[in-house]
Amino acid sequence: MTATTSVTGAPDTPPTTGPPKRRGGILSKIAAPYKQSHGVQRFMLVTGTAVSLIIVLLAIFAPLIAPFSFDTYQADGARFPTQGEPSDVNPWGTTVQGFDVMSRTIYGARTALEVLILAVVFSLAIGVPLGLISGYVGGWLDRIMVLIMDALFAFPYLLLAIVAAFLLTNTIDSGIVVTAIAITVVYVPQYFRVVRASTLSAREATYIEAARAMGAKPSTIIRKYLFGNVVQSVPVIATLNAADAILTLAGLGFLGLGIQPSEAAEWGYDLQRAIADAGAGIWWTALYPGLGIVLAVTALTLVGEGLNDVLNPTLRRRRIKRPVISSSAVGPASAPTTEREAG
Amino acid sequence: MSAPVATQTLIEVRDLNVHFAINASFKARVTGRGGATVKAVDGVSFDLHEGEVLGLVGESGSGKTTLGRALLGLVRPTSGSVKLRGEELVGLPERDLRPKRRHLQMVFQDPHASLNPGMTLQTALAHPLQIHKLTSGDAETQAKVRETLELVGLFPTQRFSDSFPSDLSGGQKQRAAIARAIITGPDLVVADEPVSMLDMSVRAKILDLMIDLKERIGLTYVYVTHDLASAKFFCDRVAIMYLGRIVEIGTVDEIFNEPKHPYTQALIRAIPEPDPDKALPRDLPRGEIPDAARPPLGCSFHPRCPKAFNICGWEARDLQTMLESRWMDLGEDRYGEERPLVGDFSKLKSTEHDAFLPAGSGKDPGELLALLEKIRAEEPDEPMWTGVKEMHAEAHGVRVTFEPGIDPPLYETGGAKAACLLYKPD
Repeated sequence: MTATTSVTGAPDTPPTTGPPKRRGGILSKIAAPYKQSHGVQRFMLVTGTAVSLIIVLLAIFAPLIAPFSFDTYQADGARFPTQGEPSDVNPWGTTVQGFDVMSRTIYGARTALEVLILAVVFSLAIGVPLGLISGYVGGWLDRIMVLIMDALFAFPYLLLAIVAAFLLTNTIDSGIVVTAIAITVVYVPQYFRVVRASTLSAREATYIEAARAMGAKPSTIIRKYLFGNVVQSVPVIATLNAADAILTLAGLGFLGLGIQPSEAAEWGYDLQRAIADAGAGIWWTALYPGLGIVLAVTALTLVGEGLNDVLNPTLRRRRIKRPVISSSAVGPASAPTTEREAG
Repeated sequence: MSAPVATQTLIEVRDLNVHFAINASFKARVTGRGGATVKAVDGVSFDLHEGEVLGLVGESGSGKTTLGRALLGLVRPTSGSVKLRGEELVGLPERDLRPKRRHLQMVFQDPHASLNPGMTLQTALAHPLQIHKLTSGDAETQAKVRETLELVGLFPTQRFSDSFPSDLSGGQKQRAAIARAIITGPDLVVADEPVSMLDMSVRAKILDLMIDLKERIGLTYVYVTHDLASAKFFCDRVAIMYLGRIVEIGTVDEIFNEPKHPYTQALIRAIPEPDPDKALPRDLPRGEIPDAARPPLGCSFHPRCPKAFNICGWEARDLQTMLESRWMDLGEDRYGEERPLVGDFSKLKSTEHDAFLPAGSGKDPGELLALLEKIRAEEPDEPMWTGVKEMHAEAHGVRVTFEPGIDPPLYETGGAKAACLLYKPD
């Protein structure tokens, strides 16, 4: 068929010139919230992202940045003093076990990042598909899943993590994986709920019925039609949960569960060891791991809340530029330029 | 549009029922039993010939959309039969129905919602081809998509195939939705009010496009609408629906020139006339469309019908409606006189054709009977009275016996078929 075979009725509008606007790649999608935000939101987003990035860099390059390894207790054949004050060799002092505080704090970021990534990946991999299936299929399956997830939700999160970590400790060797799974158990219900809720509303959309009418299988509908329209709320909860997960990780470490001291440096464990020091005026053993936790949690929360402010349509404020009236205009003022945030 | 030459039957619908359960009580919810049902489609039968356009016209809640969806198996029929070229579709499991969907497609009312916002037209149109494995290779798929886009008037196709639904206007989206429906080469397209959400200026273009496509690729349409005027323009045959039933079915000429059913007549009178001098008195049907969970006895249109007569299925609810609407029109003092004679309407008891109207507390049933007789004498034109066989006073009220009603099937009328007792053969 050639372009000359015209059909009754021309196209509804004359074709506009120029290529259609494209949705850019992943990079521009990531950049979008930063471009759209302003004022306090932008400050929150940018600060949070910057601090998070610094922590991530510290974590990745820990072996290069930290003066020693997390379990080094001697240098050049000389043992570090225990509870030693900050000095040239140990800039942030040493712990009660004679480890270098600075190294342990930097390596702690590494542990936190590892656990965090694993926990978020596990939670996404479990929570999102379950939510999609439960919301789309509905019926008894949905009721049972909601019951289970609500039951998990009803437990205090730390208690749940403790139980999970305790049960898993002897089955899996890696403390990091154990902790990540324990945290996953806590956060899966949140992903499940959010994804299920948006699936429930998306399921009723006409394009889902249209997909059914064209003969798509349920699995295809979930993959191609629901997923893309449902996951948009996930990045926000993922960042907010990540902040929470750091606290849970520290809580588990503080209680001596999950990661063994010999495996990795962990801020919560270090804090626990530093409790007795605080009374004796030894401030450096508790300060730096504590700061690590506070900074990481604050940074991730800022990112999450900032994203939420920008992406959540119920919180988003419309930006309306005031009409610009050109001072030199003799005739009618130039048309007011109003701009809306892209939806 | 002239009636088509009778060809092969494409779709044969027999006695199709779609009932939805309304589980009001907790027990009904848990057990899934009990509770009332809404008969969204109630015993519908018709044939659809190849290349024909059948209009399903009715008010909101008449079941026209449900019927359209049931034809495609998007709603599970409760019972009955839908045959596509002699092949039964009702009762097929979803798995076996899926390959058939290639031949049965749908265009939805809301073009803004019927396209996945995250898919370009290229992806959206290619998907049905991939599902049914109609093309081999990406190049062929892309060529087919381009060709179809061109067919529905979305050119330059290069530009449209890469655009997202949000880049398109309403009319363009509906064109894209039509393209998606026809790309698998279907036999039947159910168009569910395809133009009702579009601008007036675009409606005719879309309908033109659909007619054009019908001729080019041999489609058969079921056109669901509440807009009689567009049905007249677009359809070969029209079925008028009321409360889940077809009350009249015939060719466009028959329906519009000689409507047989009083409901059809009322609907056609309700089409707005642009000329103010020609404006007719619109004796539109009184009242509202009744509760589908408790449809009226007999002919379900009788409570609103100006031509209703004795065997239309009068019952206790009609007595209540008559009294209430009378009191609405009367002054307050007359209402004050008459209302106390009648007891609580919630105690109005009814068996099939027999109603017991309680008298007001402390009032003599004889007085109530006298009141009813008086109303009957005052308003002899009220069609309900034709159906009242006898009234007599009992201990605490008045027993009213109605003529047994008949639930009308579709009768031959010499033109269209109408489900109206006026055309009941003797």
